[in-house]
Amino acid sequence: MGNRVAIVGIGHSKFGKRNDVSLNELAWEAIKAALDDSGLSQKDISFMSVGNFGYWSEEILPAVTVAEYAGIKCGSLRTEAACSSGSAALKIAYDHITSGSGKIAMAMGLEKMYNSPNSTIIELIGRAGNYFWEFENFGLTFPGYYALYATRYLHDFGYSEEDLCEAPVKAHHYGSKNKYAQFQKEITVEECMKSKYVARPLKIYDSSPITDGAAAVILASEDIARKINDTPVYIKGLGNATGSSYLGKRDDFTGLEAGRRAAEIAYKSAGISDPKNSFDLLEVHDCFSIAEVMAYEDLGIASKGKGLNMLKEHQTYHDGKFPVNPDGGLKAKGHPIGATGISQAVEITKQLRNEADPGRQVSINRGMALQHNIGGTGHYAYVTIYSRGD
Amino acid sequence: MHMLPYTQEVIRLYKEGIFFDARNLELKYQMPVKRIEKFFEGLEKGKIFATRCNNCGELYFPPQMDCPVCRNNDMSWEEVSGNAKLETYTIIETTPTSFQKYGSYVIAIGLLESGVRVLSWLRIDDFTKIKIGMNIVLKTEKNDDGGYTYIFEAP
Ligand SMILES: [Zn+2]
Repeated sequence: MGNRVAIVGIGHSKFGKRNDVSLNELAWEAIKAALDDSGLSQKDISFMSVGNFGYWSEEILPAVTVAEYAGIKCGSLRTEAACSSGSAALKIAYDHITSGSGKIAMAMGLEKMYNSPNSTIIELIGRAGNYFWEFENFGLTFPGYYALYATRYLHDFGYSEEDLCEAPVKAHHYGSKNKYAQFQKEITVEECMKSKYVARPLKIYDSSPITDGAAAVILASEDIARKINDTPVYIKGLGNATGSSYLGKRDDFTGLEAGRRAAEIAYKSAGISDPKNSFDLLEVHDCFSIAEVMAYEDLGIASKGKGLNMLKEHQTYHDGKFPVNPDGGLKAKGHPIGATGISQAVEITKQLRNEADPGRQVSINRGMALQHNIGGTGHYAYVTIYSRGD
Repeated sequence: MHMLPYTQEVIRLYKEGIFFDARNLELKYQMPVKRIEKFFEGLEKGKIFATRCNNCGELYFPPQMDCPVCRNNDMSWEEVSGNAKLETYTIIETTPTSFQKYGSYVIAIGLLESGVRVLSWLRIDDFTKIKIGMNIVLKTEKNDDGGYTYIFEAP
């Protein structure tokens, strides 16, 4: 190919309830950091994509208001792929370079959820599926979607709600070590079990929070990447897929079919035949505890029904055999919808550069990492594979 | 006439760093259902309809009047039996604002005898009696608002 693309700059805002800043100011925190990290200036960037779900924040053209605030004038657009809008932005920026349209592009993700009250957010995000046949008539909520999978998974493989609570316990452990995370305190299985149900069997502690946040990466073509940054992190393969909008069109409620297809395509494009022995870390989409478990299985890291066992055995802690989400994941770091995909890319770059905080830096041996970013409940699926050096 | 809504209340909130939008936006969509009107007529008569492609035989629920496989619109309406098996369910405890008057409700996915799956509410007195794989029946009914809907019941 000879047209590889690398991440040469990363930026990340503090995640959480950010009523101290506006949408544009929040975006600037990430953009400024990414520019500083790369040593590049706004003029060097030839395209910018902005992952943003929106609706709860006031700007309809966020790519434009952000570009103006950040002093960027190149072409831009906003991408929508629900909770994987960030990965969609990354793909657009990647394609800009592989197509030869330009050599440097920025992909950023941004969400300002707290610009609306909680009730509006629940109302809006419950519509992230098939509006008429699911929400309008039956009031399906976003936790409800994943709860339909959790019910069947626990039933088929004989696990308990206590077992599922292992996911937030791990997430909060790493959130406590990540200064950008929304939640920075440890929790126990008991606290998780005592938390209120949102959609049975899922409880508050099984769920990622409402979050404001921004993240940005700068991509460059390989012929100039090393001149910009000593340790460029290459995008080695991508896969994406779309699942059915109506859940009744699906025949498996223990895994996400679109996630499996996206992984298969990504593995093929990166030349990976043995996913269990390929990665130093995985960033997976744990919007709900059940989502993390299904991700292990859909990615082929765990066999069917064994994902939750892997979590219980601490195999996915940062010093385990398969480190997953050493940044606290969506659960503890926070889940600013459109920013999540870019935040995962920032974390992978940090880890592959060996720049993560003590207590959560994984051991880098193979120099490879995987990003799994799901939009809705397997409505969109994006899997991206990264490598340091070759 | 003021361009900005500088009321006392807004000034107070503004001092706390938040400007409260004074422009309300009501979103109420107008969704065309003309081509699938027969589905709604069916509900009023106690029937649940799906559509079947006259060319390839594919059965569609929710009903649609175009077959993407054959790229044609030669479709028939077909009443489906309500007999189903429960594939999965959840009890919604945190409900959207627009559903708050109903309290908690059960959402279920059932596999109908005809092979299509339907997502709907499940009416059952005792939530602890719900079991994956149990027999349930999809029925039509008139709801509190005077409209018609469909709902699973445990026999
Ligand atoms: Zn057909």
